[in-house]
Amino acid sequence: MSILVYIAQHNGQARPVSWEVLGKARSMADRLAVPLVGLVVGHDVQKIAQQAIAYGADKALTADAPHFVAFRAYAWADALKAAIAATQPHIILAPATSGVRDAVALAACQLGIGLAAECQALDLDADGNLLAERPIFAGNILTTVTFKGRPQAATVRSRSFPLPARDDARTGEIIPLAVTLSDLAAQEEVLDFAAGAAGELGVENASIIVSGGRGVKGPAGFEPLRDLARVLGAAVGASRAAVDAGWIPYPHQVGQTGKTVRPDLYIACGISGAIQHLAGMSNAKVIVAINKDKDAPIFGVARYGIVGDLFEVVPALTEAFKARLGRQ
Amino acid sequence: MKFIVCVKLTPDTEQLAEVQPQDVGSDDLGVTMVLNPWDEFAVEEALQLQERFDGTAVVVTLGGPDATEALKRAVAMGIEEAVFLSDPAFAGSDAWGVAHVLAQAIKRIGDATLILTGRQSVDGGSGLVGPGLAASLGVPFVSQVAKVLDVTATHATFLRSLDEGMQTVRVKTPAVISVSKEINEPRYPNFMGIRKASRMQYPAITAAQLPGLDRAQIGAAAARIAWTNLRTPPARTGVCEFIQGATVSEQARILVEKLIAEKVI
Ligand SMILES: Cc1cc2nc3c(=O)[nH]c(=O)nc-3n(C[C@H](O)[C@H](O)[C@H](O)COP(=O)(O)OP(=O)(O)OC[C@H]3O[C@@H](n4cnc5c(N)ncnc54)[C@H](O)[C@@H]3O)c2cc1C
Ligand SMILES: Nc1ncnc2c1ncn2[C@@H]1O[C@H](COP(=O)(O)O)[C@@H](O)[C@H]1O
Repeated sequence: MSILVYIAQHNGQARPVSWEVLGKARSMADRLAVPLVGLVVGHDVQKIAQQAIAYGADKALTADAPHFVAFRAYAWADALKAAIAATQPHIILAPATSGVRDAVALAACQLGIGLAAECQALDLDADGNLLAERPIFAGNILTTVTFKGRPQAATVRSRSFPLPARDDARTGEIIPLAVTLSDLAAQEEVLDFAAGAAGELGVENASIIVSGGRGVKGPAGFEPLRDLARVLGAAVGASRAAVDAGWIPYPHQVGQTGKTVRPDLYIACGISGAIQHLAGMSNAKVIVAINKDKDAPIFGVARYGIVGDLFEVVPALTEAFKARLGRQ
Repeated sequence: MKFIVCVKLTPDTEQLAEVQPQDVGSDDLGVTMVLNPWDEFAVEEALQLQERFDGTAVVVTLGGPDATEALKRAVAMGIEEAVFLSDPAFAGSDAWGVAHVLAQAIKRIGDATLILTGRQSVDGGSGLVGPGLAASLGVPFVSQVAKVLDVTATHATFLRSLDEGMQTVRVKTPAVISVSKEINEPRYPNFMGIRKASRMQYPAITAAQLPGLDRAQIGAAAARIAWTNLRTPPARTGVCEFIQGATVSEQARILVEKLIAEKVI
């Protein structure tokens, strides 16, 4: 028995959610007294394997080859299948990032493994079986997924668990994993990659999000929000109304048909709080709403509200944070 | 070329909050059921591909008697052929079970070039049926397609949306894709379409009519996962504290102090 965790990475950088999942897996492995194994798929990933040990893995497997750099669904799934064959895990966990999410699903279906997708909390029952909590019906209902048979697999959303402490003194074996690529992997060829807008923090990983809706009135209306986001090191989010109007690209959209986010702080500016928007952000720890309509439903989920014109309130907040935090 | 689109009947998003935990899994959720909004993009794309490549488009759903409503919407939008999979033996299947049935139906339809799915269903929301279908058919899978760049006799090229950016990827056909909402703007059915959809017959195809179906892989008995302890999430506690102040600057200062005091910042 063991627990296997897929470490998501891009361009030689681990995605932080990988360590969040690994940290949770560490506590589960301790409880079950089984080894915790990290799997790193990519090229020149020795450094990430080392970090996996530092963040809590007992062992790290590396599927290290140039053909693993760009995401290819079956290639990454083949690596996971090889790791499963090598370690015989009874629990498999992975971040629900794009790419990894697909690879895990393909491998799990090919192997007939039960998979709970997009989970936000994990636990073990008395027999060491995985219990995976996930929102369904756009977050209006929660369920605990239980499994028949083993292994038991789950993908986990960003920011479901805290980042564990890193201990560079920890030691563990790093083992190269031999992966034979399937015919299906050969049927997928990556021709090009264009990185998303550089420097823009994705909403899914952000601890603070400043979000704008129809109330920002146009593309230029996002400027004061971006100023505030810059001071706070925050990501910029948006309602569907703002995205559909073409004021900001779709990757910023929060809600049922956009991203599901879990920041520590969500500042909603000129967003009414439609149920489909709430589906994506009501798990934020603290919600601040700025809206000129005191009856806007967003105030129903907000901890703090300011009734007023966002074009006055947002710049005032930016100034107040600058003054208080001594930031520019 | 043949484009097969898989769709599901799901609750109207406006009414998702009214679904009661104890009704989940039953035949009647007590809310209006519609074509899964994510699947509208897949249906629209199938129609556009049909037009672009002079092909045909087929819509498939698996579900109870009411699931024909999802087919009707797709037909009203312009799809000409509809396949309705319904059998008590399918009930209770998990994503891999649903994918197994759909895969047999797609083999029965035959000659698929691309199989399109939505990103996820708004009820289960796991986005597993697409990859499950690809794995069951043993064909490539491309998720979150933002644009279909080209389809030839043997290959298809897509823009795939990843967290980090856009990838251009080419796969052998047949292949399964899931579409992202950036891909198109779904059309509204017109009167002619709605009339055609309401006149069309949707005979159920049952388990017995699907050669290759492995009964050991479908239904509740085969499901590898179960949804237990269905519950309403804890309500957000407390009421909103409205920040008052003589000026906007003062309100801003008060709010900033509160957020810092609470260690939110
Ligand atoms: C299937 C489906 C899926 C959907 N998915 C999503 C989704 O993923 N995400 C999403 O967000 N929506 C989604 N929606 C849309 C959703 O129903 C709402 O239409 C949308 O969220 C409204 O966006 P909004 O709050 O920005 O706009 P509005 O509802 O128009 O609200 C604008 C708000 O701004 C306030 N305002 C205006 N001017 C100012 C000002 N100067 N200062 C301060 N406040 C001001 C107004 O009082 C108002 O409350 C979906 C809908 C459907 C049917
Ligand atoms: N019962 C079904 N019949 C046909 N297609 C389905 C069914 N369930 C899911 N799908 C397809 O698979 C996609 C992902 O669904 P899900 O895995 O349930 O999130 C949906 O958007 C549909 O395109």
